[in-house]
Amino acid sequence: MAQAHAAHDGSHGSYSSYLIGFVLAVILTVASFAAVMTHALSPGMALAALTVLAVVQIVVHLVFFLHLNTSSEQSWNLMCFIFAAASVIVIIGGTIFIMHDTAINMMSR
Amino acid sequence: MAHEATMSPLAHADDHHGEHHETPNVFGFWLYLMTDCILFGSIFAAFAVLRNQYAGGPSGKELFDLTNVGIETAILLFSSITYGFASLNALAKNKTMVLLWLAVTFVLGVSFVGLELNEFSSMIAEGNGPDRSAFLSAFFTLVGTHGLHVTCGLIWMVVLMVQMMGPQDLSERMMNKLACLSLFWHFLDIVWICVFSFVYLAGVM
Amino acid sequence: MLGKLSLSAIPLDVPILVGTFLGVAVIGLAVLGAVTYYGKWGYLWRDWLTTVDHKRLAVMYIILAIVMLFRGFADAIMMRTQLALAYKGNPGYLPPHHYDQIFSAHGTIMIFFMAMAFMTGLMNLVVPLQIGARDVAFPFLNSLSFYMTLVGALLINISLFIGEFAQCGWLVYPPLSEMQFSPGVGVDYYIWAVQISGVGTLLTGVNFFTTIVKMRAPGMGWMQMPVFTWTAFCTTVLIMVSFPVLTVTLALLSLDRYLGMHFFTNDAGGNVMLYLSMIWTWGHPEVYILVIPAFGVFSEVTATFSQKPLFGYKTMVYATCSIMVLSFVVWVHHFFTMGAGANVNTFFGIMTMIIAVPTGVKIFNWLFTMYKGRVEFTAPMHWTLGFMITFSIGGMTGVMMAMPAADWILHNSLFLIAHFHNVIIGGVYFGYIAGMGFWFPKAFGFKLNEAWGKRAFWCWFVGFYLAFIPLYVLGLEGMTRRMNHYDNPDWYPWMLVAEVGAIVIALGIVCQLTQLYVSIRDRNLPENLDLTGDPWNGRTLEWSISSPPPAYNFAVIPDIHGLDTFHTEKQLGLKAHGKPLAPIHMPKNTSAGVFIGLFSFILGFASIWYIWWLAAIGLIGIVATMILRSADRDVDYYVPVSEIEHNEEVYSRRIAAAQAAE
Repeated sequence: MAQAHAAHDGSHGSYSSYLIGFVLAVILTVASFAAVMTHALSPGMALAALTVLAVVQIVVHLVFFLHLNTSSEQSWNLMCFIFAAASVIVIIGGTIFIMHDTAINMMSR
Repeated sequence: MAHEATMSPLAHADDHHGEHHETPNVFGFWLYLMTDCILFGSIFAAFAVLRNQYAGGPSGKELFDLTNVGIETAILLFSSITYGFASLNALAKNKTMVLLWLAVTFVLGVSFVGLELNEFSSMIAEGNGPDRSAFLSAFFTLVGTHGLHVTCGLIWMVVLMVQMMGPQDLSERMMNKLACLSLFWHFLDIVWICVFSFVYLAGVM
Repeated sequence: MLGKLSLSAIPLDVPILVGTFLGVAVIGLAVLGAVTYYGKWGYLWRDWLTTVDHKRLAVMYIILAIVMLFRGFADAIMMRTQLALAYKGNPGYLPPHHYDQIFSAHGTIMIFFMAMAFMTGLMNLVVPLQIGARDVAFPFLNSLSFYMTLVGALLINISLFIGEFAQCGWLVYPPLSEMQFSPGVGVDYYIWAVQISGVGTLLTGVNFFTTIVKMRAPGMGWMQMPVFTWTAFCTTVLIMVSFPVLTVTLALLSLDRYLGMHFFTNDAGGNVMLYLSMIWTWGHPEVYILVIPAFGVFSEVTATFSQKPLFGYKTMVYATCSIMVLSFVVWVHHFFTMGAGANVNTFFGIMTMIIAVPTGVKIFNWLFTMYKGRVEFTAPMHWTLGFMITFSIGGMTGVMMAMPAADWILHNSLFLIAHFHNVIIGGVYFGYIAGMGFWFPKAFGFKLNEAWGKRAFWCWFVGFYLAFIPLYVLGLEGMTRRMNHYDNPDWYPWMLVAEVGAIVIALGIVCQLTQLYVSIRDRNLPENLDLTGDPWNGRTLEWSISSPPPAYNFAVIPDIHGLDTFHTEKQLGLKAHGKPLAPIHMPKNTSAGVFIGLFSFILGFASIWYIWWLAAIGLIGIVATMILRSADRDVDYYVPVSEIEHNEEVYSRRIAAAQAAE
């Protein structure tokens, strides 16, 4: 039975950790909406703020809701996530790089 | 040995690495989520390229209702902690509370999908459907794929609730399934963070 | 009621297709009749179709791959014959509409249903055995993956007889593949066949990655893993990273076609170039998905038949991993001519050239493995040596085309066709056939005939150069790909040489079939039987058990102390295992994979023909089968100790018999 039980020994959060995560997520979400709706920032600055807030909020969700951490039992999950995130960055970044360059070069946009 | 612990009875834990404390099922599902992550990444890439191709049609600024998006976001955030409470009750083997919290999560999920369908149908009714412009094609596909995932999660949730009331109860196998659905549900939240930030909020700037 | 489907969809006016249909029907009825006559339906259903045993799935994958090889090769030789005829006044025997379908089907079938199926089959057979596991992590998903691949293959072959296939190349570039220019069902056949088999491939990726990470025998650290397992690992990573992109790209194309969206259309802001970028984001890793396991096969074959440890195991691992990473950042070299600026093209050109470095490291590793080894020139070794020469040439022409400036001249010419056949036949196909010869005794308990294997190799090797060196010349002379007819007198002789090459390759395939026939006929001859389970004096764990292995593979999970533990123990004369036997926990067979496959077929076929009620039935069937399967609690059983003891006893008697015969 050891193996079967082991599945639930890890950190699976508690009421307080879920609530902390929730409060942080709400704050970050409100900040994102405020950054755009108040028009306090220039579009470029607002986009930068959105990106930073989104990344932070993703980390909050990963830690408090998906219980991803640096413990040894999670090391493979974490490594896979980092690799997947890097791949997503390559795909999105690469596509934008290629298509933007093409658009300028071909004067198609 | 846990007789029904897992679809994969064969795993011999390689604990000599000191890294293995989880059945292959949950890890396998995590891998699936990573591929899903790349799937959404590709749609985001297409959206990023096509986001200004209005073809004379309306832009996000004219179409998006941020109040609606805010409500949708709030619903999803609430559903995340209600699912979390269901998970905690499952660990405490409190089946009634698990079913209750799952039901609350389900209602929240359904209202999210309802709001999204409402937004879509009103846009289509005004002639701004996915065939209007490349921007709208990308918008409907990206947001719709997320909605489709939520819908699949809801169907899955119902199946688990029914199975939980039947002979499967809160068996190890069921705990694994609940853990997988938990990952799925919280993962969809992460996708939604990117959707409201880079589609809706960036779209109205 | 039946959507677009009507009797006129059956191409009765094309005699080639009618003849093919009759041939397929006769062979099919003969097979079905034979199964019925010998009363083998029950056996087939219980022991093969519903199996979750990775070794049996492997056999089914490879049979599928070989059947698809025939189909793909038939397409190839038809194209060669057309071009050997269609010069000046002669229009050839294939009208453009038919010819266009053939070149599209040839590429699609060879990549998705020949190479992918073969690769998955080899991985299935070998990976669990090499890491000392009793099956893969998710045996049911493994069966499901097979049926997804099979359904894709079925759909693409049905397009021969009902409707038509795509006429816009094997990657169906828009805008040609959009509704406006391809209103028929051809592109829809392509989309559904590739999407369904793509889901299967993705599941295989997840499955084998989990297997390799979580189920290695105790003591097998990463640097004790056999090289083939390493390459399989890198391939699964690439599958998981790239196949979702393919799914999305084709899904966006189908949204264009089915719902009138504007992702890749010419109008309303669509962007055709986006399709190229996205499809090759998948497409370039895909060629490495195919070739990296072949590298693994060559490593095992070279080390075993040179009777030496692999030279530079660690550099081999690092080279494989760096190829894996680099293959994901080079995709623009497939469309340098698209119109991106010098920044983009230079970046991707340099990245492409860098890939040649780790690949070169591998070639030298294999050469140094053979150096001062006692090389046995078996058939698999022939394929390996043929690979080293052919692949090096193909790799170098690849580096030529990695230069954007050169690529502007060579793009879409026959030079390109020659290049990628050079690496795919010389690398992928030679590798898989070497692997098939190498592991065949493990799967079936007897060896393949060596003489016919070598004849097949020489025909393929010579035929390859005859067929494709002319294409390099033709490419430099300016002949573009996918031509149906030409007037240039300089091209004609080369086309005839290429036709001869195709015929020699056909002889090679005939030799391979003869090899299978002769080997099965003579399987009980003492020199062909593999009684010990270790016919080649192997190095890795799969050779430590009987051939064919029992369903549970290992009576006792072995302990690993280093690289090639089995070989070390053999030389020291150590007994592999003396641990007590215990009941073994195994998964039960299930028909859920068959049914999900069946409903996916219905979903795909109905969607191709716009029969929406039937598509709904297919979709509901898939979901319902999955729910039923998830409620099924009777999914496993225990192999009792008495049965294991019995199998072990039989095995030791066979080893004793083999030793007595020596």
